Amino acid sequence: MGEVIVVTSGKGGVGKTTTTANIGAGLASMGCKVALVDADIGLRNLDVVLGLENRIVYDIVDVTSGNCRLRQALIKDKRLEGLHLLPAAQTKDKTAVSPEQMRELCGELKKEFDYIIIDCPAGIEQGFRNAVAGAEKAVVVTTPEVSAVRDADRIIGLLEAAGLYEPKLVINRIRLKMVRQGDMMSIEDIIDILAIDLLGVIPEDELIVITTNRGEAVVLDQNSRSGQAYRNITRRILGEEVPMVNLEEEDGFLKKLRKIIGLK
Amino acid sequence: MLEFLSRLFSRDNGSKNVAKERLRLVLVHDRTSISPQLLETLKADLIQVVSNYMEIDESALEVNLDSSGNTVALVANIPVKGMKRTANRRI
Repeated sequence: MGEVIVVTSGKGGVGKTTTTANIGAGLASMGCKVALVDADIGLRNLDVVLGLENRIVYDIVDVTSGNCRLRQALIKDKRLEGLHLLPAAQTKDKTAVSPEQMRELCGELKKEFDYIIIDCPAGIEQGFRNAVAGAEKAVVVTTPEVSAVRDADRIIGLLEAAGLYEPKLVINRIRLKMVRQGDMMSIEDIIDILAIDLLGVIPEDELIVITTNRGEAVVLDQNSRSGQAYRNITRRILGEEVPMVNLEEEDGFLKKLRKIIGLK
Repeated sequence: MLEFLSRLFSRDNGSKNVAKERLRLVLVHDRTSISPQLLETLKADLIQVVSNYMEIDESALEVNLDSSGNTVALVANIPVKGMKRTANRRI
């Protein structure tokens, strides 16, 4: 039996879809059978991020309404063995699927896949309730901004109300230079406020823009820091103990200088 | 010049502290918006406990969360109709 994980955030634009795509590609590259489910009905995007937009025939609403069988709607990635996508419908709205149907769908997928990763829409309405209905675990994505952390806090409360306890946190787009200058909240600051376990930290990286432009996953890039960060997240999901990379490693010189002139 | 240097090298003057403080305040308020259902349960429990000691007017009971500034208080207004003799005996 597979495991159903929902990727959520509350606020839009913090990197839910990118994180879903990279966790999925990461797990598939490590030999797992993965189904990615785009639950953002009406605003589907996971297909373009994965570069699979030209291969959609059926979507999630076709499956739940009985227009096609689940197997027909699942798109198989040609580059990564084991990676599959169930795309969202683009012309319907969030009410086209019910939480009950989502639970049924996840149960079906669990029989065949090791991991089912659900890309949750932004917001806390029906789309959110649908996305979390069939999930067993939750990942909350945030960025080091007041608005994103506030929404993450709200989402953590709503996840717990839905029975998804102990969600794990991904901090996205952290800029080490700004953290060092004291102009961006640090990992510790955010963990301190939200009081949940950390799954991983993704540094701000231009390569994510570039790979997304091409419809590729940065997790497969062996030389980038963001790719490494996503690989670490993947391994932690698989149950491995991976130490958090010390992101403050370049701090040495400034720290010494600060000490010399007697400033904190 | 010194001010510039201290801004450059000190962590304390960064805008992240402003962000943290604002976030902390906002969350104090956000987190207290508990569901009406939970408040009803709390009310029922309160009635049960207080009724052990005094006779209260259950219909006029009011329980609310009051947030002002950066503190939150649970305010309960429980009209008492009379004391219970049994409560005295217990002590």
